[in-house]
Amino acid sequence: MDTQDHLDQLVADAESAFAAASDGAGLEQVKARFLGKSGLLTERLKGLGALTPELRKSAGARINRAKDAIEAALDARRVALREARLHARLAEEALDVTLPGRGHAAGGLHPVSRTLERIEALFASIGFIVADGPEIETDWHNFTALNTPENHPARSMHDTFYLEGREDVLLRTHTSPVQIRAMLAHVARHAEAQRMADLRVIAPGRVYRVDSDATHSPMFHQIEGLWVGEGVSFADLKGVIADFLRKFFESEDLQVRFRPSFFPFTEPSAEIDVAFMSGALEGSWLEIAGCGMVHPNVLRFGRIDPERYTGFAFGMGLDRLTMLRYGISDLRLFFEGDLRFLSQFR
Amino acid sequence: MQFSEQWLRSLVDPGLDSAELAHLLTMSGLEVEETRPVGAAFSGVVVAAIISAEKHPSADRLKVCRVDAGQGELLQIVCGAPNAAAGMKVPLATIGGKLPGLEIKAAKLRGVESFGMLCSARELGISDDHGGLLELPADAPVGADVRRLLDLDDLVHTIKLTPNRSDCLSLLGVAREVAALTGAHLDRPQVEPVAPTLDTRRPIMLDAPAACPRYCGRILRGVDARAPTPAWMRQRLERSGIRSISVLVDITNYVMLELGQPLHVFDDDRLQGAIHVRFPAAGESLLLLNEQTVEPTADTLLIADEARVLALAGIMGGEESGVTLDTTNVFLESAFFAPGAIAGRARAYGFLSDASHRFERGVDFDLAGRAMERATRLILDLCGGEAGPVVEAVSEEHLPARPELRLRPARARRVLGIGITDEEMAGLLGSVHLSVRRHGEDLLVVPPSFRFDIQIEEDLIEEVARLYGYEQVPAQPPRGMLTMLDRGEARRTQWQLRRLLAARDFQEVINYAFVDEAWERDFCANADPIRLANPIAAQMNVMRTSLVPGLVANLVANRKRQLARVRVFEMGRCFERRADGEPVEGFSQPIRIAGLAAGTALPEQWGSATRGVDFFDIKGDVEALLAHPDVTYVATAHPALHPGRAAAVLIDGRRIGMLGELHPVWVDRYDLGSAPVVFELDLQTVLQTSVPAYREISRQPIVARDLALIVDQSVCVDAVLRLLRDSAPEIVRSVELFDLYQGKGVDPDKKSLAFRILMQDTHRTLEDAEVEAAVATLVRRVESELGARLRG
Repeated sequence: MDTQDHLDQLVADAESAFAAASDGAGLEQVKARFLGKSGLLTERLKGLGALTPELRKSAGARINRAKDAIEAALDARRVALREARLHARLAEEALDVTLPGRGHAAGGLHPVSRTLERIEALFASIGFIVADGPEIETDWHNFTALNTPENHPARSMHDTFYLEGREDVLLRTHTSPVQIRAMLAHVARHAEAQRMADLRVIAPGRVYRVDSDATHSPMFHQIEGLWVGEGVSFADLKGVIADFLRKFFESEDLQVRFRPSFFPFTEPSAEIDVAFMSGALEGSWLEIAGCGMVHPNVLRFGRIDPERYTGFAFGMGLDRLTMLRYGISDLRLFFEGDLRFLSQFR
Repeated sequence: MQFSEQWLRSLVDPGLDSAELAHLLTMSGLEVEETRPVGAAFSGVVVAAIISAEKHPSADRLKVCRVDAGQGELLQIVCGAPNAAAGMKVPLATIGGKLPGLEIKAAKLRGVESFGMLCSARELGISDDHGGLLELPADAPVGADVRRLLDLDDLVHTIKLTPNRSDCLSLLGVAREVAALTGAHLDRPQVEPVAPTLDTRRPIMLDAPAACPRYCGRILRGVDARAPTPAWMRQRLERSGIRSISVLVDITNYVMLELGQPLHVFDDDRLQGAIHVRFPAAGESLLLLNEQTVEPTADTLLIADEARVLALAGIMGGEESGVTLDTTNVFLESAFFAPGAIAGRARAYGFLSDASHRFERGVDFDLAGRAMERATRLILDLCGGEAGPVVEAVSEEHLPARPELRLRPARARRVLGIGITDEEMAGLLGSVHLSVRRHGEDLLVVPPSFRFDIQIEEDLIEEVARLYGYEQVPAQPPRGMLTMLDRGEARRTQWQLRRLLAARDFQEVINYAFVDEAWERDFCANADPIRLANPIAAQMNVMRTSLVPGLVANLVANRKRQLARVRVFEMGRCFERRADGEPVEGFSQPIRIAGLAAGTALPEQWGSATRGVDFFDIKGDVEALLAHPDVTYVATAHPALHPGRAAAVLIDGRRIGMLGELHPVWVDRYDLGSAPVVFELDLQTVLQTSVPAYREISRQPIVARDLALIVDQSVCVDAVLRLLRDSAPEIVRSVELFDLYQGKGVDPDKKSLAFRILMQDTHRTLEDAEVEAAVATLVRRVESELGARLRG
């Protein structure tokens, strides 16, 4: 009959045998040695039948305790082996997470587009929609309807591109002709209304003048703005423009000034200057836009009654706003398609 | 308009410093573009007479001068100027004096002592002349301060005048403005009529009185055309940017600058009979003072005598009737030409003149007589001689009208958004010489003869605003009727498209809309492009009909900068001739969106094989761009594209663009190495999408069947897919191509296409029999209609 010492020795043997097993299959073989059908412990349980009932009870209890201890050791070893396996796998699967990601890189918008997208959003936030007009424009829309008849000295302010074989058309020299198109369309839409709804549009786009150097390009961008309604005043114009410029440049202390100027299609007319309070351009006044109250003749060309409705219009150089915003010094960079330049605006 | 501040201050002294004066002008609408001093900041420079100038004993280029600077004893100065000579009067910077960046000290030059420095005009900052010493007038007092002698404590202001303010194209005009804005006293130039001492006169005929309603002429005899122009006059002219020519011409220019009236002097001995102001007869021509010969167009007003054409009225005089240094008898012209009769004419002949610049904008029509007297006085004073009577021809009815204008103060307040009183308005208008009287609620206003920009009520409102001060108008946050903007869900914005392409690794570019004619010919087969009449350069002479050539040019340019992988896109207008074009007749001006990709499909990177971008990469981009449910692609021919690798893009069966590989001919011609893939689509169609419509989700199991078909190489995948989809029974949810195989096991003239068919019913589990029946139906259709067979 086994003594307690024998059983303790057996448990100790099992524990060390389990510990020696280095993988699942080895462990199961070792398990058979102790707990299998003819395992050492099983043999002992079978031997109980030869004992007296008194002895059998106490010996059985001892053997069962030993069996429990061995099974617990086996489970512990199984868990340990499983964890070791998992750790080994994880270690093996580890990546150099600092390697760059794969796939497409990102492209980007043209800096003038970025500027325009922001401007459209800023004006949309106070109810301006975007209007469009053709770039091959009629002389009538570009000049005459804007109160600039043939031989008007103001025509010499714009060096105009003309097309061969058609004297009545040109490449628009400014976005202002969209004012006329927008007014005519708006009036047609509200023909039946008692009171015409306010017309609030901005019209961005390409314009053309016969001019080329570091600050002039034969093609460049303007954005036109127009608000016509009952009681629209010069004070409103100042409010909208000042608000816009401060939001656009994200500078609450931006200085904005309006000074008298002349455009045939506005009256009173103003030139708008800004001065930054910090940065490379600090302190100097920079011309940034022209604006004014829509001339009554222009309203009439747009079939709007100037006695009842008034309005303001403004025109800004999109390229210039972009240059000031990002500190670009040469306008020509915008139109050269140089990816080393353009990719800076991603 | 450029002028000397001292000259202005001689007419009005507003009690402001120079910077304040410039600011005042700028803020009143006379933008001061530039202010510069007439001389550099220097001191201790005096008039010195060179008594002797000897060669330096040991330096060829230097001279040793002895000069008298009024200090009692002569000073020895070493000087390198080539023109230094005894008898000259020159500026001397004395010991302790200061020039820009230099303090004068006694020095030894090559062993000879020098006690000061003789100066050139450039060293004093007066001009760029560094050819030698500045020669001072012979009568300049020795020892006198050169700053004072040359009046160098003066500034030149340049005003950028807007075309409406012709009244400020003179010193008097600017002074009038300053006086009005500051309340300072205006000291007008004194003009007294000159009593005639001769009785010679030349008759004047206003043959075109609407174009020239007033013409004054006067004969002066016995004048000395060689008399020197006095220094003060030359200086004022020069500071106004006008070069001194000869005394008679200088006097006319001086009076024009002072009062604003352009004048002309004829050599009276070269005139015959009466003066006619008329339009040309056929075949007349004229040699101008600028040596240009013109044949005046029918709408060009002329000054003529009874023998010939003398001058282009208000624009430029003729060479043959002009004054010379030998002239002794002159005929002086001072006239008013209507702006409409002058406007644009000079420009049409290809030049501008000070006179035409003023007349086309408007010259004070009451000024001709006074200017005539002013010029007469100056001629008599400076050149001697005697004056005949002024002959004035005038057609009162053709002079510009100055009717009373009605200003409704309430409207002015409403338009400007300010609370100014009627009295303040009247006061402001009165300050600039508009006569104002009250009439009921209104103010009735008459503008003066020198203002051509005040013709309607708005002009008066502007004048009120200008004089009130734009800076005083409050900036008011806008108020309006608030309605929400239309934001149709079935229409995307162009920003979404731009962002989408940017996210797919395209960089946006903006190219010129005018291009090289060769591009249009090569890439668009366009032999008759829309041409510019006045292109800025020969290679920018036609309007583009496609964005693609510009993108190819971007590729070429970036390849030159060693960038191999280029992916660019542009959104912009193209221009085509079309009789029914809108909105400008004869032209269609669609906005397109186009892209180009060249180089590797992906940026070079670890862990993925490098391959060149191909047709299907870009087709993937185009598919991503198009959100429309009915898009098809068909093989097409396009002059820019490889004939076997070009597709037209159709939406609802309508062609809206193309994509494909650039034709190998252009790849070679433009030296591109490998073929870029391009696409170009009509923007308006691409913007369209649809509002999603919900369909119930089926909870029944999905059954998938794969179908491998062998078809002829010539059969398009699209045709098979369409047939399968169109003939599919109700239970088929989708049919997609998942494999294309050509090669071993498939005949060379065949290809194997593998489709996955997903089937599902909305309410019940499908039975095997109906699944098999559905597949059988599809197989039958493709077998019978496309000659397909199941791959064994």
